[in-house]
Amino acid sequence: MSIWEYANPVKFMQTSGWLLPWIIGATVLTLVPGLVWGFFFTPLAAEFGATVKVIYVHVPAATFAINIWVMMLVTSLIWLIRRHHVSALAAKAAAPIGMVMTLIALITGAFWGQPMWGTWWEWDPRLTSFLILFLFYLGYIALWEAIENPDTAADLTGVLCLVGSVFAVLSRYAAMFWNQGLHQGSTLSLDKEEHIADVFWQPLVLSIIGFGLLFVTLLLLRTRTEIRARRLSALEQRERMA
Amino acid sequence: MIALLMRDLRLAIRAGGGFGLGLAFFLIVVTLVPFGVGPEGAILSRIAAGILWLGALLACLLSLDRIFALDFEDGSLDLLATAPIPLEAVVTMKALAHWITTGLPLVLAAPLFAVLLHLPTPAYFWLEVSLLLGTPALSVLGTFGAALTVGLKRGGLLLSLLVLPLYVPTLIFGAELVRRGGEGMAVQVPLAMLAGITAATIALVPFASAAAIRVNLR
Repeated sequence: MSIWEYANPVKFMQTSGWLLPWIIGATVLTLVPGLVWGFFFTPLAAEFGATVKVIYVHVPAATFAINIWVMMLVTSLIWLIRRHHVSALAAKAAAPIGMVMTLIALITGAFWGQPMWGTWWEWDPRLTSFLILFLFYLGYIALWEAIENPDTAADLTGVLCLVGSVFAVLSRYAAMFWNQGLHQGSTLSLDKEEHIADVFWQPLVLSIIGFGLLFVTLLLLRTRTEIRARRLSALEQRERMA
Repeated sequence: MIALLMRDLRLAIRAGGGFGLGLAFFLIVVTLVPFGVGPEGAILSRIAAGILWLGALLACLLSLDRIFALDFEDGSLDLLATAPIPLEAVVTMKALAHWITTGLPLVLAAPLFAVLLHLPTPAYFWLEVSLLLGTPALSVLGTFGAALTVGLKRGGLLLSLLVLPLYVPTLIFGAELVRRGGEGMAVQVPLAMLAGITAATIALVPFASAAAIRVNLR
């Protein structure tokens, strides 16, 4: 069992079709209890009040917003180096999920920031780099949509993903530097994990696992859709030739 | 390579608008900003560095889609790709030609436009340094975006969406360098970072651009 086996779409469809119901089940079994536990059965944090609940969505979404880009980078590399077709389609399928995760992280962050910092938006390095990450997702998806030939699109978006990764990291550190330069002594710390009690920690871990499984579910579904769409266009093309 | 550079420069000049258009656009941006934010000198001198950098960035963006599009349409890009010099060198020369026709005039004209925006006197030197160091990176990154979108019918808007996020680090360090220089603070970090980004982009991005062109010519 190696990933090269799954360069064959038939094999991939078989295995993913078999796996999918189990993963959907696991997603439901972790995400629902994680969120319900987090929302209804944790005490209110003294200094945050009820707004602390938002971290059960915010932190997992933010975690996966970054990790999905990393996953796209890896799958793009696998495509560019070994022409692994399913890998390219997986990168394509992952991008909109990652974009939505980024958007969720930004919006829930705003809900948290409004009562806590008194502002919906602050040009904090982390917020800024997430906005930039969102733009990278937009560009990546737009490029996929704009190019007709699927192989050309996969190649070009792969190259864009590589270059974009470097610049996304660079922007992250540039933003950290830039904000320090703008207002010194900014004390907005988002490192919640450092001072979080076990009561909040356990449901949070469960939600993170739930979000991860949700991502895998959506990714498999979307990749299967992409493969079917590819088959459909191949059939249509054959029909036109005949 | 020199011949290619001269050819691109000649084309840019004779086709008209190569040199002048970017500059005119830069001037318009600089003119419009005071209408938007109000004419007080204090505000303008605070944001002058950022406006000048943004103006340079947008003016650079304006002429990007022409870098490869014309050569792609009339087939000379195919010839260049099969020419004895590597495609990476072709791309680098294209970027250099783009910089000479848009980046360099902006660098030269920037002090003049800075007067309009009340840029603080000590910042002039750093404005020149930052634009001189930063605009080559803008041109090289621009060729990457142009290479990605060269086969597309309406690539212009997509090109901006792809290229502008890549400009973020250059813009941050460039504008920061001017701001710090103007306030008399230490400038080593943004200076080193800006120079480093430009050097690394010139060294590495042509490979990505050439790869994208090869895919598009396939």
